[in-house]
Amino acid sequence: MTGYFLQAFIYLLAAVVAVPVAKRLGLGSVLGYLIAGLLIGPVLGLVGEETNTIQHFAEFGVVMMLFLVGMELEPKALWNMKLRLLGLGGLQLLLTAAVITGIAISAGLSWQVALTIGLIFALSSTAIVLQTFQEKGLQQTEGAKGAFSILLFQDIAVIPMLALIPLLALPELASAINQVADQNAGHGDNLVDGLPGWLYGLVIIASIAFVTIGGHYLSRPLFRFVASSGLREIFTATALMLVIGIAALMGLVGLSPALGAFLAGVVLANSEFRHELKANIEPFKGLLLGLFFITVGAGIHFGTLTENLGLIISITLGVMVLKALVLFLIATLFDLKGSNRWLLTLSLAQAGEFGFVLISFAAQNNVLATDLIALLQLVVALSMFLTPGLFILFERVIMPHYMRDKSSRQHDTVDDKGTVIIAGIGRFGQIVNRLLVANDFKTVILDIRSEQVDLMRQIGTQAYFGDASKPGMLGTAGIDEASLMVIAIDDREAAVEMVKYVKLSHPHLNVLVRAFDRGHGYRLRQAGADYLISETYHSALEMGAQALRFLGVHPFQAERQKHAYRDIEAQQSDVLYEAWKDDASGERFDNNYRELFMELQQLIDDALKSDLHDNHSKRRGWTPPPKGYAEEQLKDQKEQKD
Amino acid sequence: MSTQPSSSRILLLFAHPSQARSEVNSVLFNSAKQLDAVTAVDLYAQYPDFNINIEREQQRLLSHDIIIFQFPVYWYSTPALLKEWQDLVLEYGFAYGKGGDALKGKLFFCAVSAGGREEAYQTDGFNHFTLRQLLQPLEQMASITQLTYLAPFALFGSRTAKEEHRITRHSALWTALLEALAKGELDIAKARQLENMTSYFNEQELNQ
Repeated sequence: MTGYFLQAFIYLLAAVVAVPVAKRLGLGSVLGYLIAGLLIGPVLGLVGEETNTIQHFAEFGVVMMLFLVGMELEPKALWNMKLRLLGLGGLQLLLTAAVITGIAISAGLSWQVALTIGLIFALSSTAIVLQTFQEKGLQQTEGAKGAFSILLFQDIAVIPMLALIPLLALPELASAINQVADQNAGHGDNLVDGLPGWLYGLVIIASIAFVTIGGHYLSRPLFRFVASSGLREIFTATALMLVIGIAALMGLVGLSPALGAFLAGVVLANSEFRHELKANIEPFKGLLLGLFFITVGAGIHFGTLTENLGLIISITLGVMVLKALVLFLIATLFDLKGSNRWLLTLSLAQAGEFGFVLISFAAQNNVLATDLIALLQLVVALSMFLTPGLFILFERVIMPHYMRDKSSRQHDTVDDKGTVIIAGIGRFGQIVNRLLVANDFKTVILDIRSEQVDLMRQIGTQAYFGDASKPGMLGTAGIDEASLMVIAIDDREAAVEMVKYVKLSHPHLNVLVRAFDRGHGYRLRQAGADYLISETYHSALEMGAQALRFLGVHPFQAERQKHAYRDIEAQQSDVLYEAWKDDASGERFDNNYRELFMELQQLIDDALKSDLHDNHSKRRGWTPPPKGYAEEQLKDQKEQKD
Repeated sequence: MSTQPSSSRILLLFAHPSQARSEVNSVLFNSAKQLDAVTAVDLYAQYPDFNINIEREQQRLLSHDIIIFQFPVYWYSTPALLKEWQDLVLEYGFAYGKGGDALKGKLFFCAVSAGGREEAYQTDGFNHFTLRQLLQPLEQMASITQLTYLAPFALFGSRTAKEEHRITRHSALWTALLEALAKGELDIAKARQLENMTSYFNEQELNQ
């Protein structure tokens, strides 16, 4: 037992130390895990043979990742993206895989091995690239959008690849392994081994149908039943049970667990429990995937690296140049210009984490020989290590070169330091800005959509292209001199982060934020926003009052009802906020909150109803003295005279 | 009648819908804010949408001994928000009627600025009535709510007071008045009789 604890501690310690450092250095978490693995494995020799055992366990992280990938894929959203997905993604994958396969065959490898290698290198690193885009504020550029389409296509394409690879199994490798497997046949966990082909087909169809239909019809009542218990850990258990159950079922019928999980994810993509499920699975996925990368790092043969250093480096560079060439060609075909073309080219030139998945999967399925595996793993890892360098190249060399190019410019240099910084100049920000400018207040406007900035400039508004969520950009925009900041950006998470950062670095600066809805508003408030307003609240209230007027309610009465609604809402908002805050997770609304919310609705109903139907209204204002008041007054006067 | 508690708390309810243009009232309001005894409320700032919080206003009245309406005269009366305040806050059962003696015995007066010259506010003048006569609805409001009504503290010809350098002196009188009220040193009987409270100090100053 102590041995296990010791091992677990070593793994965790390595991750805890290496990942944050790697992230700070701009290498991303995947590389951090790999480095952690390298350190405890080949370098320090703290872990050894058990990595193989752990790797099997860690591969479950891949299953979970595919479940989550599946859940991200709403069929409708995919359909809207079909042109970009198939065009950019399909072309990239086919071309890259074809060229690399060709080269591998010409280097003397069998076509099965060559194709496997082609597929492995065709994939890029979703984890590194998306994270880097986010860190550098490039998400909204055309280049990054193209890259996202390609990455999404690759993520989906992994599924058929996982199905394809076993078919490429090399007979000579397979027979060698089968001998070992036969010896262990006594405790085989595959139910379908002895079945005839037609029955096997039926079993597979039945299992897939079970996952699809069961996922659609059975999951909802199950989740509802579990959710109503109010026990969060049971919900987590249910989510885990679901994924593990599917993986087990697929294993039993001899299919890939990853495939089954992906399918279940797609089925659940439209479920109202989607976010809850995601939130529950995500940490497990993250840890197991991290573990997976650590085992990959730990499994790297240093010997192979030192013996074949020249070969590995040249293959890595060759693969990256090839990938970049294909990407550049596609970017040109799809009319990406200027720095965007270069962004697409450089950002995706590495191989990715799915490459590791495919390598280990191919190894299990006897497609790749051991020495080749070590070599490939090193190439994939090395190309990932080089990726941050490519981003730096893009930022330092290519972006400045295109800075004067209008279609893809770098952050503007802000030459007007204003008293109010407005982040986001969409429909909301524009109105705020116009009101401020009309009152002779200077504003500095930041937006990450360059079209929007150009539009604003055409109508004479001083707007700047820049990511306001970047501290550096806020500095240039004059946050040190600003007296106010208005945040009206669409990205909810970024808005919360922005508030946190600004209130931390400039505690005295008033921050006014547009909230998306109640939950977002609470999070903004918790982050320290000085004032927040739900984007639809007042217009909806105004619309409601107008509806009352159309229905024949006296206009002033309608106005008062509106005020009453607003007042009660304002009175209760603190109570609701506290209730929300009590709930540790923050994201969701617990039962206590729901009760308070119902209470609020009831209060509003009571107040408004009594005013409409009851002469002695609870709502005060312009209440006449009671009937008989005048007579009472006369009587009093008479008594006083007597 | 002439005794009032030592160290009285003063509630100054200021109603001015166009403070950006104010030359007189904002000066008086700001100097009143400096005094500890005064709770200075900018009604238009507090209720820009006229959605007056009745409960809060009544509590404020209860916790003060002297109530002052400060406003520029609009059409011989208060600006709209102050009228709204009266309509909403002075409820039956609170300020008047059965059980309505919450304000009993408190002092009340108006601190106003009027555009017209003092000569215009005469029976034979342009406005046909004196200012005190024109403010009689407020005097009667005080009567029925059992407030003790004092003469208005008024500045005439307010549109040119700045140019004629009359504001400093008026402001000094105002501060003196508030301090006297806070200390309970004001001669109430005399203050009730005056036409304009500004003359309360004028005479004393002349006497000195």
